[in-house]
Amino acid sequence: MKFWEKLLSIDRRIIYLVIAITVILPLFVPTGWPINVTYEVKNIYDYVENLGPDGVVLLSADYDASTLAELQPMFDTSLRHCFSRDVKVMVMSLYPQGVGLAEMSLKRIAKEYNKVNGVDYCFLGYRPGASIIIMGMGSNIRIPFPSDYYGTPLKDIPMMKGINNFSDIDLVISFSGTGIVASWLYYAHEPYNQDIAWGVTAVMASDYYPFLQSHQIVGLIGGMKGAAEYETLISKPGLATSGMDAQSWAHIMIIIFIIIGNIGYLAMRKK
Amino acid sequence: MFLKRQLPLLITLICGIVWGVQYFIPHPASDAVYSFYTDWALVIGLFAAILGFISIIRLHSMKIKYHAKNWQFSVVTLAAMPVMIVAALLTGTESGGAFMWLYNYVEVPIEATMFSLLAFYIASAAYRAFRARSAQATALLVAAAIVMLGRVPVGAQISFWTHLFPGTSIPQVASWILNVPNMAAKRAINLGVGLGMMMVSLKIILGIERTYLGGQD
Repeated sequence: MKFWEKLLSIDRRIIYLVIAITVILPLFVPTGWPINVTYEVKNIYDYVENLGPDGVVLLSADYDASTLAELQPMFDTSLRHCFSRDVKVMVMSLYPQGVGLAEMSLKRIAKEYNKVNGVDYCFLGYRPGASIIIMGMGSNIRIPFPSDYYGTPLKDIPMMKGINNFSDIDLVISFSGTGIVASWLYYAHEPYNQDIAWGVTAVMASDYYPFLQSHQIVGLIGGMKGAAEYETLISKPGLATSGMDAQSWAHIMIIIFIIIGNIGYLAMRKK
Repeated sequence: MFLKRQLPLLITLICGIVWGVQYFIPHPASDAVYSFYTDWALVIGLFAAILGFISIIRLHSMKIKYHAKNWQFSVVTLAAMPVMIVAALLTGTESGGAFMWLYNYVEVPIEATMFSLLAFYIASAAYRAFRARSAQATALLVAAAIVMLGRVPVGAQISFWTHLFPGTSIPQVASWILNVPNMAAKRAINLGVGLGMMMVSLKIILGIERTYLGGQD
């Protein structure tokens, strides 16, 4: 086999091995490249930063374990930011698998900031039927959520006093690897003018730039990079920041493989 | 026939017009109608969940019965359902119970592993399929490479020319690609999809599109 043909037929096992090394090695030997912050993430940070103790942010963990690596760090960071600003936090999920992931984070991070369930935050849990739940919340949160995840009626939760519908919530941030985020736009922002922001996977982010430019969403956290930007803004480097080196090297390797493939392809075409 | 065809069509027509008009009437009476609807929709949604549960049992039972391809996975699916239900009933769905233990230590690693494999497949697929076969393919290739580098910290590190040409670093060019050409294309697609959805909705409300009823109509 000639050199150019070899370039076109690298065994996929070699590619897998190179990618595995490229992803694993930087986790042990970090390069620590600085993370530049984009305006779409900064917008969310500024919004939360300007909220006081009377502010209420609803975080909707609409994701599952398949997108955990990208979405969990941004969920955690948003939670940390809200707690650090003493903003009241409501957490819910429109995705059955999201509720377990959200609860784990919520308990862990609430402990970090000495926040008390029912006083500083409220965990509403999961309800099926995304669009219907959001529509119901617009009228009265107690319709889809008569009680919180632990069975306490919302009327008995101190934090929920005075929070009845979207007009009492400053910002909704939905984290999802699916189109469920758009439901918040259709049923919360459009009819109720609810300020919303999205945390989505990197592959989805490009779909949502039109909504950012039209100011229908406050901001957009895209993939692990977006999460790392948020971590940088609140000066709490976490999982996303440590994953950035691995992602940088993986992207470089993929581009190198594409270049190799194209060199081989062009050389063979000339022949 | 009336119950199977005319009645559902009539309900769709009335509900479609009522909720369509309701959206544009900011009045307490209109809000009351809306609230009434959301109550109903929640109840109907729960029935849909029950139907889904029955449907998944039927589907996998048939696969096992007829030894369809990979029927063994259906056995696992059907076995997992009562295990999770019993675990939730006995220990609750809060963290610390058997249900959350199974979720955290079985489902989460399985799902995360499946998705992690994508990185390897994408690398292999990109190497094999991403070829500069035409001018359009080359433009796509270059744009993809810039966005890939611009969305990670290394993009800024290798933009050594920025002191000569300010505003042309890889992250800035990537941002321009996402905010200008990408957004223009997405907006065009979204408008098309929106108009299409409106047309389909009208066809359903007016009874022209009836495939959702099932059967031959």
